[in-house]
Amino acid sequence: MSTKNRYLLPSLGIAGFIILWFLSVTYLPIAAFNRLPDPVEVGLEWFNPDPDYGISVFVPNYYLHIFYSTYRAIVSFALAVLIGVPLGIFMGWKVKFHDYAYALISLLRPVPPLAWVPIAILVFPGVEPAVIFVTFLVAFFATTMNTLVGVKSIPEDYFRAAACLGAKQSDILRDVIIPGAMPSIFTGLQIAMGAAWFSLVAGEMIAAQYGLGFVIWEAYSLIQYPTIVIGMVTLGLAGYLSSALVRMLGNRLMNWRDQKLGLED
Amino acid sequence: MKDTQLGKISIRNVSKTYDPSGANVLALDDFSLEIDSGDFVAIVGPSGCGKSTLLNILAGFDTLTSGEIELDGNLLAGVNKTPVPGSDRVVVFQQGALFPWKTVMENITYGLFKTGKSNKYEIEARALEFLARSGNLQDIANVYPAQLSSGMQRRVEIIRAIINDPKLLLLDEPFRAMDTVNKTKMHQHLLQTYQDNKKTILFITHDLEEALFLADRVIVMTTRPGKMKLDIQVNIPRPRDHKIMVSDEYIALRKKTVFAVREEAKKAFERGEREMA
Repeated sequence: MSTKNRYLLPSLGIAGFIILWFLSVTYLPIAAFNRLPDPVEVGLEWFNPDPDYGISVFVPNYYLHIFYSTYRAIVSFALAVLIGVPLGIFMGWKVKFHDYAYALISLLRPVPPLAWVPIAILVFPGVEPAVIFVTFLVAFFATTMNTLVGVKSIPEDYFRAAACLGAKQSDILRDVIIPGAMPSIFTGLQIAMGAAWFSLVAGEMIAAQYGLGFVIWEAYSLIQYPTIVIGMVTLGLAGYLSSALVRMLGNRLMNWRDQKLGLED
Repeated sequence: MKDTQLGKISIRNVSKTYDPSGANVLALDDFSLEIDSGDFVAIVGPSGCGKSTLLNILAGFDTLTSGEIELDGNLLAGVNKTPVPGSDRVVVFQQGALFPWKTVMENITYGLFKTGKSNKYEIEARALEFLARSGNLQDIANVYPAQLSSGMQRRVEIIRAIINDPKLLLLDEPFRAMDTVNKTKMHQHLLQTYQDNKKTILFITHDLEEALFLADRVIVMTTRPGKMKLDIQVNIPRPRDHKIMVSDEYIALRKKTVFAVREEAKKAFERGEREMA
């Protein structure tokens, strides 16, 4: 794909959506749509030095909310990686442990993050750990499952080749299992990062005093509709950027997947 | 050459039964074979004749049901022996098993570092020497396998095996997925490697012409349960090149073997049909 197309088509997609949004809010003869803010209104509020409803890029509070959400997302994500990756690797490596853990995880995984909120609030002292716990859960399951799939998908021949060449069990973990599962682990981390953002908002809407989820929910209660959209767009950007960062890190760590030379003999 | 260079294999009355879901499948049936040190032996047979089973047992990937295998007089596989793979019997795999996350240099030196017999400097010098001898490949030392053609990957994998000075080199249909041109190149390359190192080689294939061209001795196996059907000496002098494939000796050997191979292939095919019905 040419460089021109690489930017043109995505821009057209986004522009198309914004135009459709504008048209439907302005011209659709449906009452429900008329209450929604149009893109111009949102843009003006977002970049307003003196915003009508208190949130814009010129207001320090806006960044405080972003900071809180980012902080929670990162802590939850980091916990999910620290616990999920070793757990997934161990499950893929030791068949017995897999048999212990897999059924339990399969039962817990489909429970949506929102369903955990009441328990989290009851169990944890204070809002912060409760929100982080709920956020962590989804990221944790995504990380664990993808790591497990990654280990399981390593071709048997790599294990055999390593054994042939004199590798011990610990060598096989370091030289075959971890690098072999790495592509799938990073897929899991990207999903986990995205999942952390959406479950985070669920937690913040219900329990928090700060954060983008709180901004959206509060703006709804106070009928500050443009602020809802500002919160949503900010979330989208934050989620996209953090997933992109994870992806970049992955590509950097796994440059062995590049096929640029194509050397012939 | 070191005086450790032996690699005499005795396979005695080896049988292997698989038990997938209760149905006993006899993969190898009372199979015996003596291989001399430094011999190049090819085993030919249709898919599912147990030739890969034999290789897996030799490599230490799988158990046997009865019989025993000795390597230079030491028990390698037996009924009460847990199979252990080792760098004295290195396998080159059908699908290729270079570690994609390691460079050519890291792949080649992997075994030497694991057995830890010499230091980093010596190991890397040895690796470069092997790469150089294998047709000036030293330039690809720091490249990842994904950046190489399949033929090149195969050459690196053969180096990765042979650099460990194994007693036995096990090749499991290593050129199966290649086109004719690449295959021809790889044959030439393997013969050169054999000429230089004189390791005992067990080469598994379903391609009779390939077997006759490469090996000193060709074993034709029956379809499952795998037994020895023919044991043919290939007395064509080395070094060999593809001209021998039109020589009288080669053609005579082909005549002797081709119908036996085809008969087994047909049986395997018909059995396949029955199993599907």
